[in-house]
Amino acid sequence: MAYKIIASQCTGCSACEPECPNVAIREKNGVFLIDPKKCTECIGHFDEAQCVAVCPVDDTCVIDMAYPRYQA
Amino acid sequence: MQEMIGNTDNHTNHALGEMLDKIAEHKGCGTSGGSGKSSCGSSDGPSDMAPEVWEKVKNHPCYSEEAHHHYARMHVAVAPACNIQCNYCNRKYDCANESRPGVVSEKLTPEQAAKKVLAVASAIPQMTVLGIAGPGDALANPAKTFKTFELIQKTAPDIKLCLSTNGLALPDHVDTIKAFNVDHVTITINMIDPEVGQHIYPWVYYKNKRYTGIEAARILTERQMQGLEMLTAAGVLTKINSVMIPGINDKHLVDVNKAVKSRGAFLHNIMPLISAAEHGTVFGLNGQRGPTAQELKALQDSCEGEMNMMRHCRQCRADAVGLLGEDRSAEFTTEKIDAMGEVVYDAESRKTYQELVEAERVEKVAAKEAALQELDVTDVRIMIAVATKGHGRVNEHFGHAHEFQIYEVGSFGAKFVGHRRVDLYCQGGYGDEDTLPSVVRAINDCHAVFVAKIGACPRDELKAAGIDPVDSYADEFIEESAILYFKEYFAKVCAREIEHRARGDADIRQGAFTAAA
Repeated sequence: MAYKIIASQCTGCSACEPECPNVAIREKNGVFLIDPKKCTECIGHFDEAQCVAVCPVDDTCVIDMAYPRYQA
Repeated sequence: MQEMIGNTDNHTNHALGEMLDKIAEHKGCGTSGGSGKSSCGSSDGPSDMAPEVWEKVKNHPCYSEEAHHHYARMHVAVAPACNIQCNYCNRKYDCANESRPGVVSEKLTPEQAAKKVLAVASAIPQMTVLGIAGPGDALANPAKTFKTFELIQKTAPDIKLCLSTNGLALPDHVDTIKAFNVDHVTITINMIDPEVGQHIYPWVYYKNKRYTGIEAARILTERQMQGLEMLTAAGVLTKINSVMIPGINDKHLVDVNKAVKSRGAFLHNIMPLISAAEHGTVFGLNGQRGPTAQELKALQDSCEGEMNMMRHCRQCRADAVGLLGEDRSAEFTTEKIDAMGEVVYDAESRKTYQELVEAERVEKVAAKEAALQELDVTDVRIMIAVATKGHGRVNEHFGHAHEFQIYEVGSFGAKFVGHRRVDLYCQGGYGDEDTLPSVVRAINDCHAVFVAKIGACPRDELKAAGIDPVDSYADEFIEESAILYFKEYFAKVCAREIEHRARGDADIRQGAFTAAA
């Protein structure tokens, strides 16, 4: 699986973008989105998903059930 | 200095000019408070400040109370990201406190910001300071913040650069701050004890990890103290912002004051918590109240013996433009600036204008010194609310005032002790009867209100509330007028024509200032 950003909750603050170790996050129309092909859930990089850790709005960066769990 | 003025008659104009320059240089800030420290953000110069420090603060409206009547600042909203969460801030809504009300109408790129600075500098020649204060944290967005500084330093080298931070990332950037000749850094420090901090900060994001609870507060306070010490060692002036949260850190802020003073902080700015449910903040939603005007003043007074206290902070937004009490950001939207085409930086006309301002500052100090002559020694002190639109003069109509500046006057002179934001009394030419009670509540601790003009109706109601409406000082300097009024007042007290008594408490209006409000 990958993480996704719930657009309606995103403040567009950009905090997640530089923290992503996979450069999977970009801005579109004032909010940010995660490229599921690039997201590794931070496995192999950090103990916790960086977008989740830095996001100012709780439950905005969440696991996207539409994709299979990431395998390192 | 009174001697110097007294002797000027015997000197040539040239000598007079030189002398007044000196006064401007050394006495511009003006007021000496009862406890020795002045009301100025900065205080009055060489008596307790090295000349090189005064040189740094004298045109910075946030670091010098006296300067804030004359000089304007602007913030550019290039730093949206933040690395901590505060219980008084909600990034989804308009942020409620200090310089980061996330209400910025638009984020800017460094390039857009640089162009905006040129446009504002040309339209507002007294704009001397460019600050980056969010809407997140300036140092959580280091690339954008420093790129903006780099661009502005190239095109408008006379503008002072300034930034505001929560301090978490500060130790990593002190060298860069120094390299850009940033003379002023503000750190928001609400606690030095993690036990207190855990009730203010739910989490911090540090070294790729989210910390919560007491550990989060411990990391934050250690980084803040380290950063402050590094800035002091580097010769950068620091202002400490503290949000006063009754029941959580109000008493503790006295310890914060001592801690930051001992680490070389220049100025301490204790601000009232702004808290309302509609802000969607943790504090707003759980009913945490802000302090009253008297609670705030009492805390500021108790810290004042220790160091310079700032009392003229307007808790402005991260895209504010203009004098501290005004917001002209709506005149400088990206759309409007794009439409301007190429903006030419007019350094010459800025210089000319600022020379006029300096002459006026000298005049103001001289007028105040003259008024101070033959002031009786007494414990009697009164509070005066003043309607002003700048230049240190009583020059605003009662009905047009967005705020009142509050002066405490006694045998020590006139001292700026705060300001009160009010709803406009006059809307579209008609006095609004519903608004007056809220204006009265905002200045209820004052004995008099100085205005350039006032209608018959509010005049009578103010009188009924025990506040003397005074329009006889229209266009005169505030401090001089306040002292003259106090002399008359005290004479009446001595003659038993009136009985002196302290007045009640006053409200602090909730909500950051916006032009639209």
